[in-house]
Amino acid sequence: MNLKLKIWRQKNAREAGKMVDYNISNVSPDMSFLEMLDVLNEELNNKGEDPVAFDHDCREGICGMCSLFINGEAHGPDRGVTTCQLHMRKFKDGDTIYIEPFRAKAFPVIKDLVVDRSSFDRIQQAGGFISVNTSGNTIDANAIPIKKHDADRSFDAATCIGCGACVASCKNASAMLFVSAKVSQFALLPQGKVEAHERVLNMVKKMDEEGFGNCTNTGACEVECPKGISLENIARMNREYLFASVKS
Amino acid sequence: MALDSKIPNGPISQKWTDYKNKINLVNPANKRNIDVIVVGTGLAGGSAAATLAELGYNVKAFCFQDSPRRAHSIAAQGGINAAKNYQGDGDSVFRLFYDTVKGGDYRAREANVHRLAEVSTNIIDQCVAQGVPLAREYGGLLDNRSFGGTLVSRTFYAKGQTGQQLLLGAYSAMNRQIGRGKIQMYNRHEMLDLVIVNGKARGIIARNLVTGEIERHSAHAVVLGTGGYGNVFFLSTNAMGSNVTAAWKAHKKGAYFANPCYTQIHPTCIPVSGDHQSKLTLMSESLRNDGRIWVPKKLEDAQAIREGRLKPTQIAEEDRDYYLERRYPSFGNLVPRDVASRAAKERCDAGFGVNKTGEAVYLDFASSIIRYGKEQAKIKGLNPDDEKLVKQLGTEVIENKYGNLFQMYEKIVDENPYETPMMIYPAVHYTMGGLWVDYNLMTTVEGCYAIGEANFSDHGANRLGASALMQGLADGYFVLPYTIGDYLAKDIRTGKISTDLPEFEEAENNVRTQLESLINNKGTHTVDYFHKRLGKIMWDKVGMARNAQGLTEAIAEIAALRDEFYRDVKVPGDMYGLNQELEKAMRVADFLELGELFAKDALHRNESCGGHFREEYQTEEGEAQRDDENFAYVAAWEYRGKPSEAVLHKEPLVFENVKLVQRSYK
Repeated sequence: MNLKLKIWRQKNAREAGKMVDYNISNVSPDMSFLEMLDVLNEELNNKGEDPVAFDHDCREGICGMCSLFINGEAHGPDRGVTTCQLHMRKFKDGDTIYIEPFRAKAFPVIKDLVVDRSSFDRIQQAGGFISVNTSGNTIDANAIPIKKHDADRSFDAATCIGCGACVASCKNASAMLFVSAKVSQFALLPQGKVEAHERVLNMVKKMDEEGFGNCTNTGACEVECPKGISLENIARMNREYLFASVKS
Repeated sequence: MALDSKIPNGPISQKWTDYKNKINLVNPANKRNIDVIVVGTGLAGGSAAATLAELGYNVKAFCFQDSPRRAHSIAAQGGINAAKNYQGDGDSVFRLFYDTVKGGDYRAREANVHRLAEVSTNIIDQCVAQGVPLAREYGGLLDNRSFGGTLVSRTFYAKGQTGQQLLLGAYSAMNRQIGRGKIQMYNRHEMLDLVIVNGKARGIIARNLVTGEIERHSAHAVVLGTGGYGNVFFLSTNAMGSNVTAAWKAHKKGAYFANPCYTQIHPTCIPVSGDHQSKLTLMSESLRNDGRIWVPKKLEDAQAIREGRLKPTQIAEEDRDYYLERRYPSFGNLVPRDVASRAAKERCDAGFGVNKTGEAVYLDFASSIIRYGKEQAKIKGLNPDDEKLVKQLGTEVIENKYGNLFQMYEKIVDENPYETPMMIYPAVHYTMGGLWVDYNLMTTVEGCYAIGEANFSDHGANRLGASALMQGLADGYFVLPYTIGDYLAKDIRTGKISTDLPEFEEAENNVRTQLESLINNKGTHTVDYFHKRLGKIMWDKVGMARNAQGLTEAIAEIAALRDEFYRDVKVPGDMYGLNQELEKAMRVADFLELGELFAKDALHRNESCGGHFREEYQTEEGEAQRDDENFAYVAAWEYRGKPSEAVLHKEPLVFENVKLVQRSYK
């Protein structure tokens, strides 16, 4: 396949960026999207041009490091995958592909397609944990039975990889899906219920401080989430937040 | 320097308990005056950082990723072992210990492995308390499954995401300490040298990957939880950024590197599809619980499949060779990884491979789907002879167990594994070798510790499935926090370590010089060009099967490639900002040294054991032939200027509790 790429180039956080055109030929449909960018970078490198910076690591859809806004969609046109799992067979010969970074006030661009998502870390630091010491001297793991249904739903929420696609897809750059997934994971488990109120209040407060927008229930986040995190988590977080606010 | 493993005296089941009762402790007020650097935030580094901070030490943690949550532990799919014996199937601490020593082909240190088995049960308790959503049965209790090399069900799991869930547990424990200011987190930082002051590890030189700044960080001890070095093969299941640099820099500063040739080639990975391939994807070993591995019995069928004239589903049952079940009736598809990998290579080398390149075998779920489907039909009171219904019910069970793995396979290969068997082939996955450590997990550099995959200690020559997660968390949560305290107790009067010491300046200058020389080299080939060539030498001559001739050639070729790299590599841009090519160049430079030591180690070990298979040393049936008389030792290499000059030190392995026998899974 031969493709035309329009890629966001930005030298660093301070300078302005712009879209730059590239042509790439002999793209195999079996390549992943990032392998296609590898080939482009190898070409740029050989020509003495600066290769395109993009985040990536595990390349199997689990670390959450890769991002990219491809033709207006976080992680590209395929559903339920990250960019590293997107394959070129989803595109046609002659296509023009627009490649941009995840855009949000809380995700400033570092270089080209690389953004700073440490705001997500800071939200987790505000309460995304259960306050138990790691001594190992807790109760036996089977001491508290947990309904399979609850354990499974908690797991479903916990599958969030923190990539930020939800924020990039949201017209308000809201982080509600991300935060609600963590809140839900713990709220559904007996171990997490003890601190549930403080947790939701602290995490939501931090989320607002970091400059994420509000949720207006468009559901774009759920559509683009590579791990299929459900909107029902947002409903659960709103409920938890309401209870916690009334109680405090 | 003679190696002292510092294994405590006494019976094996008492060693760790006695040790803990006798070590020195640091009082809480003094801990506040002690700094510890932890490099790497995977299961080992993350859990260590969190626990040390909880204990009261000031921790500085470093990772090259944009968040500590992204370390490659996250990619572990299948599970974590623990001797809980919840299934009542005869498991015990001793049995987990025994299986691990045997699985490692009797090349691990008994005392360390026993300690690992002892603390394994705490890990599960700890993780559940932290809110890790491990899989449960309908009765609300934890579920288990089986992994290769064992006859019990002791593996805990969270669907195909066990690593991610456990790492998020450790990350949440870290977050709690970051929030309290007890951990200072340095994301997007890479350690580029170890600083030694008066013979003790006292800090690191790190590069801020965003600004390019070279930073000095001091501490009273340095902990490396920096993972394995599988990327020396270029293609592996490791993350793109996984590297040996931190461990290698420590090696060059005096830490011995142990058993570099022990590398695990995992049997169930998605086969290579073309030259553009940047990495390989693992399909969890747990799939071997329900998948049956086969190739066609007839060469002409295999050829027809390769040419696309036949489909696997058209091959009749009697024309299929379930070679693992045939060769190893007792363990069948659940033989250990090294055995399964070699068996796949044997069939493919004999011409029975089933993809275009002839390097793939089938992993087939059809019979499990029917078995589960019939069971479900009976439970639900439906007709177990209704084929369509049975298939649907069985597919649901398989989807529930392995859904995300099947989805991943389909995305990559573009085939539906519920309808047609998966294709798999072995790939480099894990490195059992690593920095030599004593019982305290300290390297031969005083005050420098290595934990998790970065050290060599627990898996011998072959790691059993679901044991990497166990070791990472055991080291970080439950072992290092004790052993490092014993060392730091001597440091309570030292006071803050200054980064103005000449040792820091010298180390920083060396790093700067290396970065500058790479940038200024202006050669003609990219970093990847060299990395791919290194990978090809390693895979062809230092891979699944090795021989003296190939290894000798590899050593010379790698040394020559390294010279060429320094002469001809091209690194664009500058060092004053984000420069991903420069990061890669620094890592590949170290791989080019490690690769040579790796081959040298493989050449010196004139036996086959676990993941190290020398063609000259095999039984008549093609199984690995150990030489316990001459090689029951840990090979620890001391750096002397270049890999070819490395000096071998031997730590004899003494087995008092396990009898050495030819490993048999028949």
